[in-house]
Amino acid sequence: MAAPKRPNLPAILVASDLLEGEVVFAAEQGWTRDLRQALVASDELAAQALERFGATEFLHAKVVDPYLVAVETGADGAPRPRHYREVLRALGPSVRPDLGKQADFQI
Amino acid sequence: MYAFDEFDERLVRERVAQFASQVERRLSGALTEDEFKPLRLKNGLYLQLHAYMLRIAIPYGALNGRKLRMLAHIADVYDRGYGHFTTRQNLQFNWPKLKDVPAILSLLADVEMHCIQTSGNCIRNVTSDHFAGVAHDEIEDPRPIAELLRQWSSLHPEFDWLGRKFKIAVTGAAQDRAVLKAHDVGVRIVRDPASQKIGYCILAGGGLGRTPMEGKVLRDFLPREKLLSYLEAVLRVFNLEGRRDNKYKARIKILVHELGIDAFRARVEEEFAAIDSPRHDVDPREFARIAAHFAPPAHESLPAVSRRLEEAVAKDEALSRFVEHNLTRHKQRGYAALTISLKPIGLPPGDLTSRQMRAIADLAEKYSFDEARVAHTQNIVLPHVRLDDVADIFAILRAEGLGEANAGLITDIISCPGLDYCALATARSIPVAQALALHFADPAKQKEIGPLSIKISGCINACGHHHIGNIGILGLEKKDAESYQITIGGDPGDSYALGELLGPGLPAEMVPEAVDRIVAVYLAQRQSGETFIETYRRLGLAPFKSAFKEIADVVA
Ligand code: HEM
Ligand code: SF4
Repeated sequence: MAAPKRPNLPAILVASDLLEGEVVFAAEQGWTRDLRQALVASDELAAQALERFGATEFLHAKVVDPYLVAVETGADGAPRPRHYREVLRALGPSVRPDLGKQADFQI
Repeated sequence: MYAFDEFDERLVRERVAQFASQVERRLSGALTEDEFKPLRLKNGLYLQLHAYMLRIAIPYGALNGRKLRMLAHIADVYDRGYGHFTTRQNLQFNWPKLKDVPAILSLLADVEMHCIQTSGNCIRNVTSDHFAGVAHDEIEDPRPIAELLRQWSSLHPEFDWLGRKFKIAVTGAAQDRAVLKAHDVGVRIVRDPASQKIGYCILAGGGLGRTPMEGKVLRDFLPREKLLSYLEAVLRVFNLEGRRDNKYKARIKILVHELGIDAFRARVEEEFAAIDSPRHDVDPREFARIAAHFAPPAHESLPAVSRRLEEAVAKDEALSRFVEHNLTRHKQRGYAALTISLKPIGLPPGDLTSRQMRAIADLAEKYSFDEARVAHTQNIVLPHVRLDDVADIFAILRAEGLGEANAGLITDIISCPGLDYCALATARSIPVAQALALHFADPAKQKEIGPLSIKISGCINACGHHHIGNIGILGLEKKDAESYQITIGGDPGDSYALGELLGPGLPAEMVPEAVDRIVAVYLAQRQSGETFIETYRRLGLAPFKSAFKEIADVVA
């Protein structure tokens, strides 16, 4: 899987769950659907560890298309993607606030 | 409506079983993603921004109550209670789970539907005029050849792995309502002036996307029985000579452009002459068998004018607007084709809830000989409605939130899903459509403006047909933000034209104001009876560009 060029840090690892298709984030343990639980890599070593995790999980048919996404951390400490595309991906369709993670997690 | 024969039935069932096994092997890890992806795409299953997306073919837009109810059922059980109709007469579900897709495909097969060839580099769903069989300007109903082409192109062994996708549209009417010139191949039913025989005018090399091209006439008149052998020749030349080195240059439009239409025609004729015609030609008995499925329903003989409707219209302004904008003249006296707008002001264009699908299923069964059509304009047509019944239908539509009287007006906006759903998008498009519809919501204002098409795409792929909107809007990324380029003068029909760029991109909030300025130029300068596009053709780009510049300068 050709990963897009490495984003600036800090970053999180985003992928699609193979079985469900849902967007998932690498967490302390495995994957989470909740952006606030995403594991943030602040240095090169941590970013490489995330990428390795993504590659293994891809090989084991758990996820598809894992890649790093640049984030900033808000006052609450939760990561938020810097690019608008990744914000939409993390939250759900902006035209349907009743659907997606924004609805499931009230974010 | 065409009914599957045993061959169709077996083919679709086998495909469902195959895909179920492919999904199993993918989940067990026996198939890698690289191996699996082309297989899922062959079955219309994409992976999008938030989830998988399943694209269901609705050949030439034909639906009935049973199909609509099954779509509603799938939406409720396996998706999120709605679906999205596209400019290619397909339906997309935005939230299916991979593990459920075999079950969904099996349910679709129960109502003679499938997702085969709704993606991938093959001949895609054949599209047609949504007023096929009812339009008063029709030479012949195009659905029999649309169905013939569907059968011919389904799992055609030679054309299953083309260099790139291939889209065919057909029409049998004088007016092109099927956007023929934006298709890889367009088939137009024509009558030979000399012999009075019916045959086909074949266009080739059209397409939108990053290199928009206008389809050109390949053959003025092709005898009826030669349709399949000739298209076989066209596809062969494309398959053999089309580029495969670069996917952006792999469409037939690039081949036609690079060779020139005359050289391309010569190649096709050469191939056509060498083809074993009898093997490929249409068997007249088979054609008659297909055509019989599209025999007109048993219309009643009715007066041309409905007193009942006239009385109701006199009492109800909303109904009067609906009748003015959403009814289209029918071949049969006392009937109309009724357009259900899927553009309620402020809601995502082309979306329909399961409840609304069921309501339309009821209406089709009760009032339209069990027929409904999806239009490329992302609306639904009830093709055979008695004028006497229009007021009753309208009352039901209104109760279901489907009574918008805006067919063909400025708020009847085509919009692709854009970045709210699509992984390829560079910007959102639905919110821009919503903002524009709200801005121009006033029915009196819409009526004053008259026919005007706005078409929006969320990236250069042009799924929302922005190039051929009277006003086209293209969402791009500029300096880490969404930005919208506006074009003007596009036309999807007989006076086919690609729009001209007005100036630099604008942020979303400025788009309604910019469109307002463009419309104001038209309203100020139109001559009596002129539509927006006619005024544009007379005046040219300049006055619109200078009105636009005032807005663009504010941003700059
Ligand atoms: C959401 C998933 C979609 C994907 C991944 C997708 C992908 C594409 C791509 C890559 C092209 C450019 C093809 C080329 O230039 O060779 C294209 C063109 C097109 N798509 Fe889509 N599309 C999607 C959804 C839609 C939708 C929702 C519609 C209808 C609203 C649609 C209708 C079209 C049309 C009409 C064209 C232009 C005609 C042509 O030149 O082929 N697509 N699409
Ligand atoms: S035009 Fe672009 S954004 Fe819109 S549906 Fe097509 S690929 Fe997606």
